[in-house]
Amino acid sequence: MKIAVFVKQVPDSAAKLSVENGTVNWGDAPLVINPWDEYAVEAALQLAEKHNGEVAAISLGAEDAKEALKHALAMGANSATLISDPALATADAAAAAKVFAAAVQKLGGVDLVIFGKQAIDSDTGLAAAMTARVLGWPVLSLVASIAALDAGTIKLERAIEEGRQVVESKLPAVLSIVKDFAEPRYPSFMGIRKASKAEVPLWSLADLGLSAPESKVRWSEISAPPAREVSSEMVTGASADEIAAKLADLIIAEGVL
Amino acid sequence: MAGTWVYVDHFKGTALPASYEAIAAAKALGSPVTALIFGQGVDALAQSAFHYGADAVLLGEDASLADYRAEAYASLLSKLAKEQQPDAVLFPTSSRAREIAAMVAIDLDTGVLVDVTEISQEGEGFVATHPIYAGKLLSKVTVAAKPALVTLRGRAFGKPVADASRSGTVTKVAAAVAEGDLQTKVVDYATVEGRVSLADAAVIVSGGRGVANNPALTPPAEITDEKEKEIWRAQQGFSMIGELAQALNGAVGASRAAVDAGYIPYANQVGQTGKVVSPDLYIALGISGAIQHLAGMRTSKVIVAVNKDPDAPIFKLARFGVVGDLYEIVPALTKAFKERLSK
Ligand SMILES: Cc1cc2nc3c(=O)[nH]c(=O)nc-3n(C[C@H](O)[C@H](O)[C@H](O)COP(=O)(O)OP(=O)(O)OC[C@H]3O[C@@H](n4cnc5c(N)ncnc54)[C@H](O)[C@@H]3O)c2cc1C
Repeated sequence: MKIAVFVKQVPDSAAKLSVENGTVNWGDAPLVINPWDEYAVEAALQLAEKHNGEVAAISLGAEDAKEALKHALAMGANSATLISDPALATADAAAAAKVFAAAVQKLGGVDLVIFGKQAIDSDTGLAAAMTARVLGWPVLSLVASIAALDAGTIKLERAIEEGRQVVESKLPAVLSIVKDFAEPRYPSFMGIRKASKAEVPLWSLADLGLSAPESKVRWSEISAPPAREVSSEMVTGASADEIAAKLADLIIAEGVL
Repeated sequence: MAGTWVYVDHFKGTALPASYEAIAAAKALGSPVTALIFGQGVDALAQSAFHYGADAVLLGEDASLADYRAEAYASLLSKLAKEQQPDAVLFPTSSRAREIAAMVAIDLDTGVLVDVTEISQEGEGFVATHPIYAGKLLSKVTVAAKPALVTLRGRAFGKPVADASRSGTVTKVAAAVAEGDLQTKVVDYATVEGRVSLADAAVIVSGGRGVANNPALTPPAEITDEKEKEIWRAQQGFSMIGELAQALNGAVGASRAAVDAGYIPYANQVGQTGKVVSPDLYIALGISGAIQHLAGMRTSKVIVAVNKDPDAPIFKLARFGVVGDLYEIVPALTKAFKERLSK
């Protein structure tokens, strides 16, 4: 069983962001592996452990994305590859998906491709479905658990808005993983040592046999949202009942009920 | 037919309210609106689509469309769009619609704008606003190809008004992929108990780690483990919160700390790694107001916070704040609302 898992390096979610000359700046906040992708790596590792498989971690990004890959290696991934090419700096989700699909083809013999639910920077959540479509494979998103897996089929449970859906699919397939799957493991000491020494090969567009895919989505402007002007009012009183009565009246007066 | 299309997302024949918001938003763009409805036994949805402003309906009904499957639905949408060349297809931002839009974008070599909070037409193209980095920044985005595929954030476009006198023509369309050519099969489905539709709720009452501090209750004797006792107490606390939510006809939310501690299911989590919500009223009980929580609820119209700690960051965002114990305030508040809203 060969499993490819995609990981992204993103600014820590507590980072204070600002916009300078149209680009996002997160000061000295650390870059971290996208939190959703840790669930994807965990799922890939569990499946590999159970089905005698290997896990190839892949990231698209600048040099610093190697850190996300090292995190995946430290968790237990067998190999890591960074796709990096200046021509991809403004790639939209569809352009990235074409690159992801080419990387999966280049790895060869992949049975499962696994993504996290979404990246916490761009917040689009399109990668799994788009990559699946480029590959011509089925997409199984929001996967909460795997019921069965063999050489040609997978049966799994999806956590959809309305409940749980059990789906069977042919392989190869593309999955996106949600939090319900399992808590991601911490990198072990040995894992961290191994990861720090690991070679991370670089693939350019040329290595993937691609010319720069054209991006159809354009970002014309990034801005800070208008500051929220809240006039705060603390509600006090002699007893809980008095406070509650005042608060209920104030809320009703806001006209939102 | 050109114009704007709207994908009506539904689950087993019940449309997501955001589908109708999308029809109204499409209507506001000025072109004729065609609603797309796929499924089996879903023709009743066509009438609602007309009431909310659709001028025409393309109805894909087939046994192969009975259960939602990404490949079946996306293939049909792509086929129709290739034939009829709409300018844009609007979707509500649901997991299904996002998936379909993603696949159609690849099929038609166009782009998707996801989870947008504003949209307008500029010349030939569409410009939209997409909150990024969990709403900390806003990105202006355009699609340089047709059709523009756009998913609209629920409750960002106002409540649509239905007009029961409106009607239109329904055109039936055949499925694009035969059952035998589909790779996936839905074998089972289970509703999750106490399922919440946070995205559509006008009122959300959320509890955080503070709910653990339930003063009085003694857990049943068979629970001996300390952690289990804590969970049991917090769960009683969440049912108290549920009563307040019910009095306000709202849904129950939670912080990640409450979810991670096992007090309430993940489906209730609000925040960056939970649901992004935008209700008219958000009541935060025993929630400190961490940046990742705020990311999920900061666009709520009126925020109310109850917290023991006068320095809790949540108070900075709150229209009304109470420094106090949620276990004293919540029952009193439920009572006060019941009296006033005569329920
Ligand atoms: C990558 C990442 C993603 C995250 N995503 C999310 C997310 O989606 N959603 C989310 O919520 N968090 C998220 N978090 C976690 C977030 O950082 C906070 O840890 C979390 O929101 C804290 O939850 P809390 O406010 O309930 O708990 P705490 O911060 O522990 O606050 C509890 C509050 O309850 C008050 N309190 C205690 N007892 C009472 C009482 N009896 N009455 C009244 N008040 C009382 C306390 O004063 C305190 O302010 C994320 C974190 C990371 C790193």
